Amino acid sequence: MEIIVLMKQVPATESFIEIAQDGRSIKTEDLNWVINPYDELALEEAIRIKETHGGSVTAVTIGQAMAQDAIRTAMAMGVDKGLLIDDPKALGADSLGTAKILAATLGTMEYDLILAGQRAVDDDSYVVGPAVAQYLDIPCITLVTKQTLSDGKIQCERTIDGGTEFVEAALPALLTTQRGLNEPRYTSLPGIMKAKKKKIDTQSLADLGIPSPAGAVSETIAMELPVTKRAGKILEGDTPEAKADLLVKALQDANFI
Amino acid sequence: MAKSVLVFAEHLDGKLKKVSLEAVCQGRRVAEEMKTTMTAVVAGSEETLDDEIFDTLARFGADKVIAGKNPELGEVMPDALTNVLSAVIETESPGLILLGATARGRDMSARLCAKMGAPLAMDCLKIGVEGDGLVFTRPVYGGKIYENLKFKQSPGIAVMRPGSIKLVEAQKALNLEVLDVETGTIDLTFVSKQIDTSKVDLTEADTVVAGGYGTAGKANDILEALAQAWGGAVGASRAAVDEGWHPLAEQVGQTGKVVSPTLYLACGISGAIQHLAGMNSSRMVVAINKDPDAPIFSEADFGIVDDLFDIVPLITERIQTIKANG
Repeated sequence: MEIIVLMKQVPATESFIEIAQDGRSIKTEDLNWVINPYDELALEEAIRIKETHGGSVTAVTIGQAMAQDAIRTAMAMGVDKGLLIDDPKALGADSLGTAKILAATLGTMEYDLILAGQRAVDDDSYVVGPAVAQYLDIPCITLVTKQTLSDGKIQCERTIDGGTEFVEAALPALLTTQRGLNEPRYTSLPGIMKAKKKKIDTQSLADLGIPSPAGAVSETIAMELPVTKRAGKILEGDTPEAKADLLVKALQDANFI
Repeated sequence: MAKSVLVFAEHLDGKLKKVSLEAVCQGRRVAEEMKTTMTAVVAGSEETLDDEIFDTLARFGADKVIAGKNPELGEVMPDALTNVLSAVIETESPGLILLGATARGRDMSARLCAKMGAPLAMDCLKIGVEGDGLVFTRPVYGGKIYENLKFKQSPGIAVMRPGSIKLVEAQKALNLEVLDVETGTIDLTFVSKQIDTSKVDLTEADTVVAGGYGTAGKANDILEALAQAWGGAVGASRAAVDEGWHPLAEQVGQTGKVVSPTLYLACGISGAIQHLAGMNSSRMVVAINKDPDAPIFSEADFGIVDDLFDIVPLITERIQTIKANG
């Protein structure tokens, strides 16, 4: 079973995000970068499948030199190979451009299964996974919480609004992850030592023979902080009853009851 | 006249999703501002599509309702739905396509945007008209930042997040077009599904009562009772989910669900930045916490510094009394 994991390095979720001078991007200095939490689920699932069915796991990411840290972490978890696409043109691509680059790259690789996070917790766009599947013309099952492989097929349990759905597709296929799929393992010291010896393949778009992506189809004109003009009014009272009364009255006055 | 607005209305076994009706309302509003018309599209089988669906779409302002029917669309998979919607888009050639941000809607919109090479604004909170163009506002970085986006080509796709607009009816005469549609090439096979109809879906609830680490896992009953008094749903912080006190489906936050209810009651939640990102677009936020220094208080409209085990049942009682007295 050849498995490819699509991975992205993102600011850690505890990060305080600030808007940059240009008003259209964020300040990237002083941020702590980690593997996108949904991609960690993809890595863990890929490694578990390899441990059961054999084969190998390759992590593919688009990023700068610091993205090597993400690949090393993935390798310390148990990923065999890493491919870093390091190219300013690739970094600047929008979701569709990113998906095109990844699909072109994967088009030259062997795979039975592709795993990706449902979304990256930076741009929150949910597009790259399904778009890669579309370009590769393979089945795509999103928001997977459980999978079973047998006879060249994959059956998945996936989240739908208000419940769960069971879906089947033929391999090769692409899955996107949902929380609940697994608990990603912590990296062990031997794992980290072993990962240090593994080679990370770094390529530019020209190296891969992939044309630069076309211009973005949308434009970020501004970024702003959510307006939270909340009063933060503490309801003071001598007893819990008095405080509850004040709250109910306040909600009634504001027509919330 | 500008090109029309096309809204894909999703239903589950014949019941329209609330967020789809919100998308219809948004579509109508944009169409009015752009001086054009709005068409709603539904797809399903003879059994799942009925007059009530069509009437509802007209009642919320659809100038035209297109019903795509196929016996295979009883249990709909996102690949088949995407094919049906693309075919309708081709004949209608709208300027803007709207969907609701359900699991299905997000999945379909991603497929559609790749298929069409179209711009996409996922999880939109707002669509504004600026000059002769539209500006889409959507949360990024889990809601810590809002991005304002313009499309550089037409048509574009916007996926509306639940709670982006208040549902307002605007009766139109039903102008229905029923089409026999092809499902196209499909590669997903439906096996089965489990739907929990006993509870209000968290992302669609008007009121969310959320529990955090401060509940020590002992408040589920009183949170549920308060949620029921409001006709709302129970949510939880990641800490409470990680402790196993609440199912994953109830997690609100950057790696859980993003909710925008009318009223959000945070009980025993300290207010970690990841949690705030998941609920800060709620209209009204009430925080109940013993710790007066909890960050949640500065993100709340009203705060009560006290023991949630005392306060929550008292609020429940009062709400029940008010509701019982009409």
